[in-house]
Amino acid sequence: MNELIQLIVSGTATGAIYALAALGFTLLWQASGTINFAQGDFVMLPAFTMLFCMIAGAPLWLAFLATCVAAMLVLGVGFKKVIVDPLIRHGVIPLVIATLGVSMALKTIVRAGYSAEAHQFPAIFPAGQFTIAGVNVSWADLGTLVLAAVIVIALQTFVTRTLTGRAMQAVAQNTDAARVLGIDAKRMVLYTFLINAILAVVTALLITPTYLAKFDMGDSIGLKAFFAAIIGGFNQTRGALLGGVLIGVLENLVGFYWSPAYKEGVALMLFLVVILWRPEGLLGKVEERKV
Amino acid sequence: MNARVHLLALAAALAALAIVALYLKRSEVYLLTLWAVYVMATMGLNLTAGYAGQMSLGQAAFFGIGAYLAAILLKLGWPFLAVLPVAALVCFVVGLALGFPALRVQHHYLAFATLGFNVLVYLAMRNEEQITGGTFGISGIPRPTFLGIDLGGHVAYWYWTLGSLVVLGGILWWLLRSPWGRAFAALRDNPIRAESLGVNITAYTLLAFAIGAAFAGVGGVYYASLVEFIEPGPFHFSTSLMMLLAVIVGGSGKFYGPALGTAIVILLPEFLRGSSTPWLKFMQVWYLAVFGIAVVALMIWLPGGLLSIRERLDRKGGPQ
Amino acid sequence: MKRSTRLIAAIGFALAAAPVFAQPIKIAGLVELSGTGATSGTNFDNGAKLAAKEINAAGGILGRQIDYTSGDTQSNPAVSKALAQKAIDDGAYVVMGPVFSGSILVSMEETRRAGVPNFTGGEAASITQKGNPYIFRTSFTQAAAMPKVARYIKNGLKAQSVDIMWVNNDFGKGGRDMIVKALAAEGVKVGADISTDPGQVDFSSAVLKAKQSGGDALFVYTNEEESARALRELRKQGYAKPIIGETTLTGQKVIELAGEAANGAIAHVGLTADAPIDTVRKFDKAFQQAYGTRSDHNGIKGYTAMYFIKVMTERIGKVDGKAFAAAMHGAKMTVKDNPGVLMDVTFDQHGDLDRESFLTKVVNGKQVVVETLPPLGAK
Repeated sequence: MNELIQLIVSGTATGAIYALAALGFTLLWQASGTINFAQGDFVMLPAFTMLFCMIAGAPLWLAFLATCVAAMLVLGVGFKKVIVDPLIRHGVIPLVIATLGVSMALKTIVRAGYSAEAHQFPAIFPAGQFTIAGVNVSWADLGTLVLAAVIVIALQTFVTRTLTGRAMQAVAQNTDAARVLGIDAKRMVLYTFLINAILAVVTALLITPTYLAKFDMGDSIGLKAFFAAIIGGFNQTRGALLGGVLIGVLENLVGFYWSPAYKEGVALMLFLVVILWRPEGLLGKVEERKV
Repeated sequence: MNARVHLLALAAALAALAIVALYLKRSEVYLLTLWAVYVMATMGLNLTAGYAGQMSLGQAAFFGIGAYLAAILLKLGWPFLAVLPVAALVCFVVGLALGFPALRVQHHYLAFATLGFNVLVYLAMRNEEQITGGTFGISGIPRPTFLGIDLGGHVAYWYWTLGSLVVLGGILWWLLRSPWGRAFAALRDNPIRAESLGVNITAYTLLAFAIGAAFAGVGGVYYASLVEFIEPGPFHFSTSLMMLLAVIVGGSGKFYGPALGTAIVILLPEFLRGSSTPWLKFMQVWYLAVFGIAVVALMIWLPGGLLSIRERLDRKGGPQ
Repeated sequence: MKRSTRLIAAIGFALAAAPVFAQPIKIAGLVELSGTGATSGTNFDNGAKLAAKEINAAGGILGRQIDYTSGDTQSNPAVSKALAQKAIDDGAYVVMGPVFSGSILVSMEETRRAGVPNFTGGEAASITQKGNPYIFRTSFTQAAAMPKVARYIKNGLKAQSVDIMWVNNDFGKGGRDMIVKALAAEGVKVGADISTDPGQVDFSSAVLKAKQSGGDALFVYTNEEESARALRELRKQGYAKPIIGETTLTGQKVIELAGEAANGAIAHVGLTADAPIDTVRKFDKAFQQAYGTRSDHNGIKGYTAMYFIKVMTERIGKVDGKAFAAAMHGAKMTVKDNPGVLMDVTFDQHGDLDRESFLTKVVNGKQVVVETLPPLGAK
């Protein structure tokens, strides 16, 4: 029993990281209809940027802040202006293909410009664990959970309680209606891209100590975020959270009780079952096809 | 281009491909053959992506199913020509089974379903050791003989593959010209009108996807026999992405798009790798970065792919 | 002899000899410079390059310079095969690599067909069991190394049962099969048998499984990056029993990536830059000077293989691949022949090699040799 709880706790922690990446994914989709196949590389790039800052002598917190600024400029504004804006009118497929191109380019640039090897990244939480009611919980898992929860709650508060946040929601739900109400839709969409960039940096901060900084580290996290978003419901923010945590926990359970060999596979099974049985996702709403 | 010029140009290109092999080194002929094998798969993908407008991210899985079937059956002593229809049929049926539920629900869900399918197939190849040889793969896959001619030599196998590619291309050409194919073109050009005329979009798309899968299966058979060894690596989902990019870059929905796109994706990097000119050496390392950026640029300015450049120029010239 | 004849003879000799002396000896490297094998391949390649540079500076092989070029297999067998064909087309005298067993098993069919000697960094037992007379190892096979590990687990650690964590690729699976066999021979029980994925990033459930199983020790057999991730997770979850590995676990890259979590890990290694041997120390220094990092075992493989080529070619007195391969079987090369071979080594009729090996431990972020084990052949 204890081991089951332990598996669920550590799975939830891993899942929380997936959820953060998935959250950015759904936000982009809601606001602008962008399916970003480079989402994983959007996590990889900040990991290396932080690494560079630290090699240059900056402490981790400063590296993190500097990277947030850089990410907002490059992965937020730059991504939107250079790639999404000119492409979105061609429809979903060209944009998806373009993000595939971006993903490939980013990986190669890091590999060729820096190195193909993995690099160590400092952990932000202490090693070791504590025991509570017979269950071992590691400090790293606890820290990850708390940090992820803080970010999600902050985001939720921003979206539901502030004027800007509500305007963003309105744009996501119905761009034209929002415009009629006098909302600056373009600006709201830009905000979404900025939030996505920051979420990517936080994800990088949490996941790189375990994944190690490597040019292709984004492949795994990007795919997980993608699955999590669909499982939970592509058009629902809460769906991304549920999907992420569900994948994290199930992976741990399958890896332990069945075989680690099919660990990756079971998240996929879940994904296939969900899209067949409830294609709009567990929490998603049926979407009218936009023509 | 009228039909006769087209045929002449095609014949000249094929003759050039056949003759050039006599003057190329062994490794270069191998690469050409690899190109032809991938074109079989991307040609099928073009049917799905280009003509039916569906993104499939699992073409490498069908390619792999074909390759594993070939490896197992050829080693059991089956003749090559008996393996081909089996691989095509299995991939066709699996394609139907996968495509039916995915297409039933929503437009872009085929992309998601195929992606998941590819990852699962890859895992199965790696873990079901009794059947697939696991990560050790299957080695010693024989090359075929045809009418008593041994096709084991590299040039002989190239001719065999090139000939087969032409036959497959012919089948595809015929399919697209058939009433079925015409309904299909109508579908691509104006889906809403086609639907109102009684064309069942879902059924046609599904059929296109399954036929595309069968093409990949056939390509896989040639692949297994070419490399003479298979392991899960080449059938990873990243290969599916490369195949999709090859189709799009070449020109989706263009008959020769996959041939051009595959050359850019498969042959060009190998050519760069062999070069010792300084700037080309630089390109070896940065190739994928440049390619990735080129894909973005292409999507922005020429979303129809390289072969759509003529239409694009025509359109620019005419009144808009 | 008349002066004119002597002159003609001299000119004739010069003409005949000149192209031979001028023409470099082509050696082709097929190495993993990208993909999952990037760390191993890059090290192997760097070692080979360093040796080629040293040999060329010292006058080359039989007076001819080495022209070493390397191609990237992308850790992909099909590409390895294409590169092997290309190397043969280009007239390579000897082919080096690939390191990955899956790749060498494919590419060596090409070198065999062409009769070109092929050194590999692969450690899978099956490589030399196919009766290929052109394949030669640069390190121990798993079949030779695992019994040494099993003996240590039983006698050194006094463990009754041991859990095994391995990576599910040809390297890991082959090693896992060998260690299970070796442990059975020593009468040590195998507890949890935990397979992990190549490139796996999350080891939490694997480590938990090992913890719950309650074996006396854990044997970890994965590639470098995965070893580092596993060690980090083991530390995170507070695993307190001995952790043993073979070759990779205490390697430079693993220590660098795992940081403090690597401390205490024990491994049997065939080759290490920390070996308490003068020739190895000298190599270690030269390698660091050239590349700024320390070499792992793969760097030593590439380096020594290049010197094997030099020693053996000079022994047979000509650049002839077939004669080279024939002479390699049963050959013994010593540090006295050339210090570049680093340690005395013998090759058997399969192309397997035998020499001393080491038991190492990570202490304060450094690999330390605790014991030198004699060659298997010198019981």
